[in-house]
Amino acid sequence: MEVLLATGIGALTAAGIYLALRSRTFELVLGLTLISYAVNLFIFAMGRPVTGRAPILRDGLPPTLANYADPLPQALVLTAIVISFAMTAVLIVISLKLRAASGGDHVDGADGKRAGEDP
Amino acid sequence: MRPVSGLLPHLAVLPIVAPLLAGAALLLLRRQAAAARAISMLSLLLLLAMAVTLVGYTAGGATLSYALGNWPAPFGIATAVDRLTAMMLTVSSVMGIACQLAADGRASLRFPALLQFQLAGLNGAFLTADLFNLFVFFEVLLAASYALLLDLQSPARLRPGLHYVTVNLLGSSLFLIAAALFYGVAGTLNLADLDVRLQALPAADLELARIAGLLLLVVFAIKAAALPLGLWLPGTYGAAPAHVAALFAIMTKVGVYSIARVHGALFAAPTPGGPAGEPLAGLALPWLLPAGLATLLLGAAGALAARDLRVLVAWLVIGSAGTLLTALGLGSPAATAAAFYYLPHSTFAAGAAFLVVERIARARAAPAAPDEPHYLVSEAERVRDAAWVGALFFAAALAIAGLPPGSGFIGKALLLDAAAAAPARAWVFVIVLLGSLVTLVALARAASTVFWKPMARASASAETLAEAGPSGPAPIPGRGLTAATVLLLGGGLAMVVLARPLFDFLLRAAGALVGA
Repeated sequence: MEVLLATGIGALTAAGIYLALRSRTFELVLGLTLISYAVNLFIFAMGRPVTGRAPILRDGLPPTLANYADPLPQALVLTAIVISFAMTAVLIVISLKLRAASGGDHVDGADGKRAGEDP
Repeated sequence: MRPVSGLLPHLAVLPIVAPLLAGAALLLLRRQAAAARAISMLSLLLLLAMAVTLVGYTAGGATLSYALGNWPAPFGIATAVDRLTAMMLTVSSVMGIACQLAADGRASLRFPALLQFQLAGLNGAFLTADLFNLFVFFEVLLAASYALLLDLQSPARLRPGLHYVTVNLLGSSLFLIAAALFYGVAGTLNLADLDVRLQALPAADLELARIAGLLLLVVFAIKAAALPLGLWLPGTYGAAPAHVAALFAIMTKVGVYSIARVHGALFAAPTPGGPAGEPLAGLALPWLLPAGLATLLLGAAGALAARDLRVLVAWLVIGSAGTLLTALGLGSPAATAAAFYYLPHSTFAAGAAFLVVERIARARAAPAAPDEPHYLVSEAERVRDAAWVGALFFAAALAIAGLPPGSGFIGKALLLDAAAAAPARAWVFVIVLLGSLVTLVALARAASTVFWKPMARASASAETLAEAGPSGPAPIPGRGLTAATVLLLGGGLAMVVLARPLFDFLLRAAGALVGA
């Protein structure tokens, strides 16, 4: 379980960083998305995920973390998912605008030439 | 502590709620520019009144904390006000007023609403007592800043906009990793609670806490534009319209504030002669000082090399961030207080400089459009009202370069005074003074290129004068711009007049930060 989670986070991060360093906006968006997935899993892992514990309070069980799954990381992950989702949308809109304006999908504007700079 | 009653306790959360409500209302009023401007200004004045009240309340050492929904302390969402927070709220509301004044006919109709959202994010970041909410408010202010930067949809802003968003998304990911690590080792994200629990951390978890603290430093250094991480700034700020760039001048300061707040409280430097302190004490200091000094030099060099006036001011913003990080890196309460004095000064001065540059661009015989570069050497040549515009530029330059009677002079004097006892004093003295000199040269060269060169050329050839004279397009009135510039420069002047009480206030703020 630990090995699976850790390698999963590591693979997502590595792929995300590789893609984020590429020069096309599409790959950049994919890379940042993968990094945000890795981060979300990492937050979840930092809450010490366990199996077989109830997420919702039950009668008869004292309300301590020994008996229940930690709810806070789940709340944090939800917030992080919403924010990264919205920011990815912003990034995609900017990328599309840039493509329309510069005629290419290079992160510096059209290939070689930089948009908005003097020749 | 005297009992708090009435509206006062709610002042710890109203500076977030009020601009959010005003911004939401302004979204509905997009077509009525005059009404929108009035509502926006009303909300800003209200914010300023709240901030000044809080300054008065906290001056005696009182603090205010607010638990949203009345959830008990380590579990719920909490906000807190101390002296530092009250000062930052005042600075942000003054900047908001200046930017709203400066946003005239050329500004987008959405600007007032976005300005309110930006202020809600800024004030939230200053008020929060919780690491995760610091992240959330960072995202709120960044989201508003993306919209502010790209609002006019000019193609020239798309490329810096894409870079800016990308850098900040990566920064946000690192922030989340650091916050999750802190939660993993300490089981809390409340800053005060975290401080207590970090001191009693088992040795096995110390390295994780160290990694989390340094990752967080990287995140804040991205926001503060410290050397290896700040190269996104000149392109972004240089491309933004003037009233937006002036507002952005406070955003680098959020990074500096967060370093002071989080690292200053969690990893406070051990006091000489005091108790041995926690194992991670002074974690950020060995990184802050060299990074700050290098950033300072780079900012000065960049200003010297800039060919565009706005990019020049953007490099000066980097230089001021370097000065602030240097002061924080010294670690002593006196140096931290000097940083807190330099922080509002550099915000006001950089904001004023961005506005003056816009004024110059409009006063030229052929004004540059907002999304065109404002070159130092311009085909448009002559500057109208050169005496008046030049005086404003001179005043802003005095403040930025740190010459008396500007507030920068006092800020740098306080910094050097605090550095005199530090082991690295030679480095600090040489680099801070060298940086000031290079900044001065860059500003003097810019002024003579902009104001005097065209004059000399015009008097040499009579045709040029006739051509650039009455036949040029009518100048765009810049009354709001001028008023905003005067307001910001006046803010700096007030800091000079009130230097003594202000510094005492900040010294106590710095002491309380470390002691907390």
